Amino acid sequence: MTDATLAQAGRNRAGRSQWADVWDQFKTHRGALLGMGFFIFVSLLVIFGPWLWDIPPNYIDIRAKNQGPSLAHPMGTDQLGRDTFAQVLAGGRVSLLVGVTAMALSLVLGTLVGVLAGYFKRLDGPLMRLTDLFLALPLLPLLLVIIMLFRDTLRAAFGPETGIFILIVFVIGITSWMQTARIVRGDVLSLKEQEFVLAARSIGTPSHRMILRHILPNVLSPIMVSATLGIANAIITESALSFLGLGFPSDFPTWGRLLFDSTNFMTLNPERVIWPGLAISLTVLSVNYIGDGLRDALDPRIRGR
Amino acid sequence: MFDAGPTRKPLVEVRGLKMHFPIMAGVLRRRIGAVKAVDGVSFDILEGETLGLVGESGCGKSTCGRAILRLYDITEGTIRINGHDIARASHAELRKLRPTMQMVFQDPQASLNPRMTVAKIIAEPLDEHTTLTRREKMQRVHELMDAVGLSRDFANRFPHEFSGGQRQRIGIARALALNPKFIVCDEPIAALDVSIQAQVVNLLEDLQDQFGLTYLFISHDLSMVRHIADRVAVMYLGKVVELAPREALYSAPLHPYTQALLSAVPEPDPSVRSTTERIILQGDVPSPANPPEGCNFSTRCPRVMEICRRQEPEFREAAAGHFVACHLCTPQSETTAGATAATAVPKSVQQGE
Repeated sequence: MTDATLAQAGRNRAGRSQWADVWDQFKTHRGALLGMGFFIFVSLLVIFGPWLWDIPPNYIDIRAKNQGPSLAHPMGTDQLGRDTFAQVLAGGRVSLLVGVTAMALSLVLGTLVGVLAGYFKRLDGPLMRLTDLFLALPLLPLLLVIIMLFRDTLRAAFGPETGIFILIVFVIGITSWMQTARIVRGDVLSLKEQEFVLAARSIGTPSHRMILRHILPNVLSPIMVSATLGIANAIITESALSFLGLGFPSDFPTWGRLLFDSTNFMTLNPERVIWPGLAISLTVLSVNYIGDGLRDALDPRIRGR
Repeated sequence: MFDAGPTRKPLVEVRGLKMHFPIMAGVLRRRIGAVKAVDGVSFDILEGETLGLVGESGCGKSTCGRAILRLYDITEGTIRINGHDIARASHAELRKLRPTMQMVFQDPQASLNPRMTVAKIIAEPLDEHTTLTRREKMQRVHELMDAVGLSRDFANRFPHEFSGGQRQRIGIARALALNPKFIVCDEPIAALDVSIQAQVVNLLEDLQDQFGLTYLFISHDLSMVRHIADRVAVMYLGKVVELAPREALYSAPLHPYTQALLSAVPEPDPSVRSTTERIILQGDVPSPANPPEGCNFSTRCPRVMEICRRQEPEFREAAAGHFVACHLCTPQSETTAGATAATAVPKSVQQGE
C-alpha cells in the first residue's frame, strides 16, 4: 500500500461525503461543465430575464416591424413589431418547463414499468406487451387526436395556458417512456441474477428495499442517459406541436411557436428563424453533455480515473 | 476422530432435499421436464463443526447450499436449522430466521454491490434486522472489519478498490454482522489466488473458534476441504454418494466415485505418487435433466455391476458415521464389497490422528 493511497484513506476516514467525490469527477468532464454552465445561464436568463428586459413579449410596435438586430432590439422584431428577444426569453420559460416536467414524467413511468417488468417475472409479459403497444402507435397522429379531444375540457378547467401546459406535458410524458422502460428492464434482468442480489436476499432484504437499494442505483446510468435525451426530446416534441399550431395559444410564445411563426418570413428575415432554433439546439446539446458527465460521475468504478 | 458423538446435537438437519428446476419449451411455455440439480439429499451438520461438500462442477453443490438457506423455493424435503423448519416457512417467518443463517459467496466481485461503500455493505444486515443508531452501527461495522482483518480506514471505499482477498473479507464481515450460527460458504476460495486462499481459509477457521460458527463448506478443492472440514460429503449428479468423517473418507473411501476423485488430488511426495494408482473416469457427467436409471454413477463407474443399472443404491451406514450409497457396500452383494469394507474400516482407524 503506497503512501498516496494511505493519505487518501485518511481523508476517506474523515467522513468525506460521496457527493464531494461525484462533484470532483464531474469537474473533470469539460463538456459537462460547459453544458451545465450554459444550462444554468439559460435557466437564469429565462427566469429573471423578463424583469431585466422590460419590453413585454406581446407589446406590438407596428412602426418597428421586421427590423434586424439593433441596440433597441438585440434579436430584431417580428412582422407585428414585437421584440424577438423578449419573446425568446418568455418562450424559453415554457419550453424548459415543458422539457423538464415531461422528461420527469416519462422517466418515472419508464423506470417504474422497466423495474417492475424486470424484477417481477409475472408482470414482465403484460407490461412489455403494453410497451410494445405504445411503441407501435404512430406518435404524431396520436398526439393530434389527444389534443383535439381534450384541449377544450382542460382549457375550461384550468384556464387556457395551464390547461394546455398540463395537456402537453402529459401527452409528451406518456408517449416517450417506452425506450426507458425497455432499457431499464434489460438491465434489471441482468442485475437480478448477480450474486449481490442473492446476497441481499440471503440477508432477508424485502423486494421494495432490494429495488431501492440494489437495483435502482445500478440502473442509474441508462436512466441518466434517457433523462437527458428525454429533455431534448420533450423540447423538440413541444416545438413540433407548436410548429403544427396545436400547442400553446398563438399569442403565447414558446421556442417552437416562434420557429413556426418565423418560417413564413424566412426569406425576408432569416435571422428570426435562427434565434429560437439556436436556443433549442444549444439547450439540448448542453443537457446531453450534463447527462454524459453525470453518468460518469455517479459510477464509482469510473470515478477517480 | 469421531468426536462428533451423540453429545453434540445437529444444528442443521436436511432430509430428502430436492431442488428441480423446470424446463419450459414451446410457444406456450409448457413444462417438458426438470433439471434435477439436487435430487434427494439428506445430512446433518452438528453444532460447531464444518461439513465439507465436494463434487465436480455442475453436480449441485452450490444449488444445495442455496436451497438450504431457502434462496430457492425447494421442490421437496425438509430442512431444519436450529429447530426451525426452513423448507415451509413463509416469507415473513423466513425473514426473522435469516439472522441465524448467512452465506459467503463464490465470486467476491459479484457478491458486493459496486455502488455501495464497504461500510454500507457490511451494515446492510444491521439495517434490515436491528434498530441500532447510526453510531452503534458504525461501531459494529468497525468491530467486524477488525475481526476479518480489514483496516477501518477502508470503510468509505468502494468494492472495486480492493483485491480479491480483501473483497472476500468484506463478504465474510457482512455474513458475520448478525452473529449467525450457521454459514454456508459457497466456494469462498475458488476465485482467489492460491496464496490468498490459505489466508481466507485460516480466517474462516479463526472466526469459527472465536464465534462458535457452524459451516457448510462447499468446494471442489479436496485438499482444502481436508484442511478445514470435520466431515465430508461427496456429491455426484444431485446426490450425496458418500458422507464420512474426514480421515475415514480420505484414507478409505468406499464409493468408487470418491476413490476416483481422491486419486486425482496431486500428491507432493514422489515416492507415494509412484505407488498410487490414478483412476481415470471415462465419459462425461450425464445430464441432470435426464439422469441414468439405477445408480447415477453407473454410466462411468469402473466397477459397475448388473444391479447398478437397474436399482438405485440405498444411502446407508457402512461403518460408524460412514455413509455410502453404493451396491458394492450393501450386504446383499457381500461377496464383492465385503473385502473393500472390511479392509477399509480398520485402516481408517489407524490413520486417524
